[in-house]
Amino acid sequence: MLQQAFNGLVGGAFYALLALGLAVIFGMLGVVNLSHGAFYMLGAFGAFIALDSFGLNFWLSLVLVPPLLGLAGVVLERLFVRRLTPLDPLYNFLFTFGLALILQDLVKRQYGVNSQQYPRPSQLDGTVDLGLFTYPAYQVFVLGVSALTCLAVWLVLTRSRVGMIVRAATERPELTRALGIDVGRWVTPVFGFGIALAAFAGVLAAPMRAVNPLMGSDLIITVFAVVVIGGLGSVFGSVAAGFAVGLVSALGNLYIPSLSQTLVFILMAAVLLWRPAGLFGREEAFR
Amino acid sequence: MLRIDGLSAWYGEAQALREVSMHVAEGEIVTLVGRNGAGKTTLLRCLMGLHGAHGRTAGTVSLFDDDITKLAGHARARRGLGYVPDDRGIFATLSVEENLTLPPKMGPDPWSLERVYETFPMLRERRRFPGTKLSGGEQQMLALARVLRTGARLLLCDEPTEGLSPLIVQRIGEILREVRAAGVTVLLIEQNVHFAASVADRHYLLAEGRIVESLDSAQVREREHELLEYLGI
Repeated sequence: MLQQAFNGLVGGAFYALLALGLAVIFGMLGVVNLSHGAFYMLGAFGAFIALDSFGLNFWLSLVLVPPLLGLAGVVLERLFVRRLTPLDPLYNFLFTFGLALILQDLVKRQYGVNSQQYPRPSQLDGTVDLGLFTYPAYQVFVLGVSALTCLAVWLVLTRSRVGMIVRAATERPELTRALGIDVGRWVTPVFGFGIALAAFAGVLAAPMRAVNPLMGSDLIITVFAVVVIGGLGSVFGSVAAGFAVGLVSALGNLYIPSLSQTLVFILMAAVLLWRPAGLFGREEAFR
Repeated sequence: MLRIDGLSAWYGEAQALREVSMHVAEGEIVTLVGRNGAGKTTLLRCLMGLHGAHGRTAGTVSLFDDDITKLAGHARARRGLGYVPDDRGIFATLSVEENLTLPPKMGPDPWSLERVYETFPMLRERRRFPGTKLSGGEQQMLALARVLRTGARLLLCDEPTEGLSPLIVQRIGEILREVRAAGVTVLLIEQNVHFAASVADRHYLLAEGRIVESLDSAQVREREHELLEYLGI
């Protein structure tokens, strides 16, 4: 059971990284980025292509792919998302959904629907003795790196001036502007950063998950549930909910396997009944 | 200092402001009085450049003889407008002190943190608290202090006394007079006619998006009962 719980935390690490990006983007831009899963998938394929075509190893991919895709996110925000933001939210909803389908199909055209193999980095090939059980070293690494990344983001958000502006603008963009802060200047980097986080999760996923064009869309539905459970726009909530949902679905898998797919959504419904704004959300967010 | 000419605003098809023209001179305290839905909050939001996200506007707004009609909210703040919204707008994810240090200092005489804490000692005591853990009155003080931190030249306050105890209302009156003495101009929405007459120089009565009357404080005091009845208070 402990081992299963550990599996859950590793799965939860991916949810947390993706939910974190979604939450800052939603908070600051009011955009539900439906292409988030596609960028996770592109992160994994980015690592695959880097190795397959350019011989770049996992570590280089981990450093290079997220900023590159983040840059793509910046261009996307500048060219499209920004223009659609003043309109009905439905426009960005449809735009990012369409974009996700296009990206998926482009990758599908090139690589087919079969999963690609991506080797584990040799340094992390073995297992680690965790006392009660041994565990693949790579999974331990994923958990550690994700937790550190979330912690680093949290520190930036809570301890720096930039973080203060992002928190304020996530909560009340209009009012933040009225206090003399040019929120628009921060929107593009935040969008790019959210995308880079998704890509980072994608690269991390490549050695342990099936790398295929649909890997993002399979995951993203759960991530949306995570964001809702954590509280829309709440950064801390989405990370906490990410790990919690990972844990719950892994344990659910163990005890009630027939419900493992739906358990997350049952959890979401239960949380919403109990706290309509999510665990860490605020009622004001609905105004 | 502030001049509004033919300002109209719409929410979709519904017109909220109809060719409002008014002015506020430097050093004045002016109130906007009117029933709920008369367009008072919309007017302040238009002045702050916050209406654009919801609908159309027409007309011009100028500040210090500069046309600011096309400026974004943050650029207006940098020209000297300070906004205190009707719900006080305290950030829940920011501590009291972060709420105070968030806005950049812009005007010629921005309040230092020290000055804020001297004027509002309870904010110093609670500076590590999340902003929304304060009482209503304390939140109002925080909202006022925050906007003074920017060094704003013209405060736009949306019902600062709403729902507060008489003692705190009195304190807010004192603060408004204090900042006016320091050369800051104030345009405030106020349903409390008695308070309005005691603190302000002039009053505009708004109805259905139009300015229907312009009164001085003596006239407001004379007609207090009539106005209260009209406002439905």
